[in-house]
Amino acid sequence: MSDSHHESGASAPVVKRAAALEAALEAQGLKPGKHIDDFSRVVEEQWVPQNGARVVAKAWTDPAFRKRLLEDGKSAVAELGLTMPAHHRYLVVLENTPTVHNVIVCTQCSCTAFSIIGMPPDWYKDFEYRARVVRESRTVLREMGLDLAPEMEVRVWDTTADTRYMVLPVQPPHTAGWSEEKLAEIVTKDAMIGVSRL
Amino acid sequence: MDGMHDLGGKQGFGKIRYSPKAQTYHAPWEKRVNAMTGLLVKHGVINMDEYRHAIERMEPVHYLSASYYERSLTGLATLCVEKGVVTQADLERRAQGTFPLSRPSAAGRSNAPERERFRPGDRVRVKDDYVPGHIRMPGYIRGKVGVVVRETPPYPYPDAHAHGVAAHDEPTYDVRFRAEDLWPGGAEPAFVHAGVFESYLKRVP
Repeated sequence: MSDSHHESGASAPVVKRAAALEAALEAQGLKPGKHIDDFSRVVEEQWVPQNGARVVAKAWTDPAFRKRLLEDGKSAVAELGLTMPAHHRYLVVLENTPTVHNVIVCTQCSCTAFSIIGMPPDWYKDFEYRARVVRESRTVLREMGLDLAPEMEVRVWDTTADTRYMVLPVQPPHTAGWSEEKLAEIVTKDAMIGVSRL
Repeated sequence: MDGMHDLGGKQGFGKIRYSPKAQTYHAPWEKRVNAMTGLLVKHGVINMDEYRHAIERMEPVHYLSASYYERSLTGLATLCVEKGVVTQADLERRAQGTFPLSRPSAAGRSNAPERERFRPGDRVRVKDDYVPGHIRMPGYIRGKVGVVVRETPPYPYPDAHAHGVAAHDEPTYDVRFRAEDLWPGGAEPAFVHAGVFESYLKRVP
């Protein structure tokens, strides 16, 4: 499914509409071009899932950090030099266990802790995920490749306010004793959203 | 508003287009639109609640047929026109075609006159509020009972903040609902949590 097949019939093509708004803002002196270049750099280099992966790896290896992270996520990630936009006032870290599985959604738009876990993937913003995961979480997760045992407790978190969430996955047993750097390499964005387990 | 955006629990949708290597953007213009959101917030032209509500106000058929970033673009252009930054005529001249915008905004509202404070473990019911403006209460929790699991620091009140109405910041509560209570007989077992503004809640004795 591509993003372009949705264009409304009678309107100017969406590419032209986007360019029109950019040109109009340029004419108003808002300098969108420079901001867009800066934004691209931030998205590619700074708002990346490797941030969250570092947080998870540290939580796996440092019990005191894990405790602080679960109490106040935003302050704890700041210890690693990670920041969140001003309107993301609170970060709640959701701890998976062998018997509890957490998964994140934003049913009304696309809210995520993007500066920590990376930009939301396309499917996260699609109607299918937004509509279904709150009501049929187990079926949705199974379709996405995660088959949870019936006794596993599922907790779905709908990002309806500006509190942001990330999932703290369970450390795979075979990685015991690994360095933080090596552990961080196995942590994925999908695991921090909660549609996969490591 | 009970808009087309309020998708939680809607039925009829098919499989998720999932891939472990999923992308955020599929065309360069999408990233440019995403960047323009940040630009307009940075310059104080819009706030995030206005932005979300401008997207919610899209004609429902347009909302459902547009891609994510076309919805963003429509919301941004709508706000820029409403705030006098640009005119729709100017946008259409530059786009060499029609540039559909969102429908006009209805009235917002300020905080509930009497708000209760809650603590983790408190049982709460989401009020039966039906409003024409912006609200961050998904329809599927309206009137439902849940348990508070966490209080957050105060946030701008969206029902006001999206409409230029004066209001106090207020805390939200992470409230845990049982999916079986939200859709009796029609949901898979799970806990569903939502961040619910204090004004939307009342205590269950």
